[in-house]
Amino acid sequence: MATAVAVEGVGRMETAEHELRRAFLAEVEEIPGGKRISRCLQCGTCTGSCPVSYAMDLSPRELIARFRAGDIQSILSSRTIWICASCYSCTTRCPAGIKVTDIIYALKRMALARGIRPSRYPTFAVAESFLDQVNRYGRMNEPRFMLGFYRRAGFGRAFKAMPMAVRMFFKGRIGIKASRIKGLDSLRKIMRRAEQLEIGVEHEVTGEIAPVGYGVVAARPPRAFPAASARTQA
Amino acid sequence: MRYTYYPGCSLESAAKAYDISLRTVFRLLGHELNELEDWNCCGSTAYTSVAETTALAVCARNLALAEQQGVDLVAPCSACYTVLNKTDQFLREQPELRSKVAEALGEAGLSYKGNLRIRHPLDVLMNDVGLDAIALKTTQRLEGVKVAPYYGCQIVRPERSFDDREVPMLLDEMLSSLGATVVDYAMKVRCCGGMLMTTVDDVALKLCSELLQCAVDSGADVIATTCPLCQINLEAYQDQINRRFKTKIRIPVVFFTQLLGLALGASRAEVALDSQLIPFEPALAPLAEAVHV
Repeated sequence: MATAVAVEGVGRMETAEHELRRAFLAEVEEIPGGKRISRCLQCGTCTGSCPVSYAMDLSPRELIARFRAGDIQSILSSRTIWICASCYSCTTRCPAGIKVTDIIYALKRMALARGIRPSRYPTFAVAESFLDQVNRYGRMNEPRFMLGFYRRAGFGRAFKAMPMAVRMFFKGRIGIKASRIKGLDSLRKIMRRAEQLEIGVEHEVTGEIAPVGYGVVAARPPRAFPAASARTQA
Repeated sequence: MRYTYYPGCSLESAAKAYDISLRTVFRLLGHELNELEDWNCCGSTAYTSVAETTALAVCARNLALAEQQGVDLVAPCSACYTVLNKTDQFLREQPELRSKVAEALGEAGLSYKGNLRIRHPLDVLMNDVGLDAIALKTTQRLEGVKVAPYYGCQIVRPERSFDDREVPMLLDEMLSSLGATVVDYAMKVRCCGGMLMTTVDDVALKLCSELLQCAVDSGADVIATTCPLCQINLEAYQDQINRRFKTKIRIPVVFFTQLLGLALGASRAEVALDSQLIPFEPALAPLAEAVHV
């Protein structure tokens, strides 16, 4: 049975939601000007400016409304956070100065840290393959990065990209050889220390400990992705 | 002038043409670009999606190394440019993050004091070098070449921009000063989809098809970009876009530095013309003889 707690200014909410809220507010705190989220007018400029809002289940405006209503769980299980292309149109135009893009990054971090890995929206595969590259070489080698991505997201996706990849190869635009930086050891030291200082490490959510050791791509148990909300694509 | 140069990972492979043409342009204009010794990946948007402090610390290693050089840092990749600038901004505005990152950098004996300017080559070329100096060195005006300038998202947004966020003009001004015909083009800061081309291609293909169609409809023969990811998305997926949307788009997409290099008298190889998937000779027809060096 879900337990509930009283939250000042919000009323009673489920313990799980309460923990998410705490974690989210800690993330928001770290964004310069992040607290301006409380000034949202619900005007919808963000949604209107977003070139991909048509493909989202929750519009950016609705996303902020859901946070206010105490429903972060539905945000984390939406496809919205994975559809955001990080173009900053919303952030630029928000009349209340809300850093919408950075807030969506914070939500991506929260979702990934909680093992949300939707196979149709494989941002997790991009992130993990990317981190793997940085950890191994200090730089990102594009073909190796893509291989790592397909390994995690499914090689079915590679099929479509093949003709293009072959043409790129013959134009000399695929550098097979990874360039490894000389200061890799010191970069790793920096990463390890920074990982210990992540806020994610401190908070414990819904009985799980947020994974530590992102840099080495800690193995996370895959978890079923909750169905996107009933609202269909416009 | 002297600058420290941060190429970024894309310029080592898929966007080699950007690296080659940028170095050529600076050499021809008499300005020095010194590659930052042992730079590492900026972390891109992928790292920010996973771990904020670590992403900032990874990126800050570059800032710390570049600061030691004492001159401005030039970052041509739009994603690197934004990530480097955002890292600098986060560290200046958030004391708590600053002290965490300082602690992490300390493990490698590095520190970042916040005295570095991270700049895009378009900014440097327009505001430091200037159109007058460029005009003096121009040997091959781009008369008759119809160009759609494409800025993308990351260099005019999100924060401190060197140009207008909604209607940037610097690239327009540069190209028209070189003699090119700059087409009036409504989507010059519209998003190309970025990494969505890899994760949710349905959405990215639609964005790119709208952009390409808009450029073609405006009468452009070539699109000039400032970003490696925009360049790939717009150039390499035209076949897929045509199949999906039943269109017949075929328009070359180049880096603005390739056009600038040609105007400054560089050879084909010096601006890596041969790496284009869609040859842009047809767009250059008006100056055909001069380009075949």
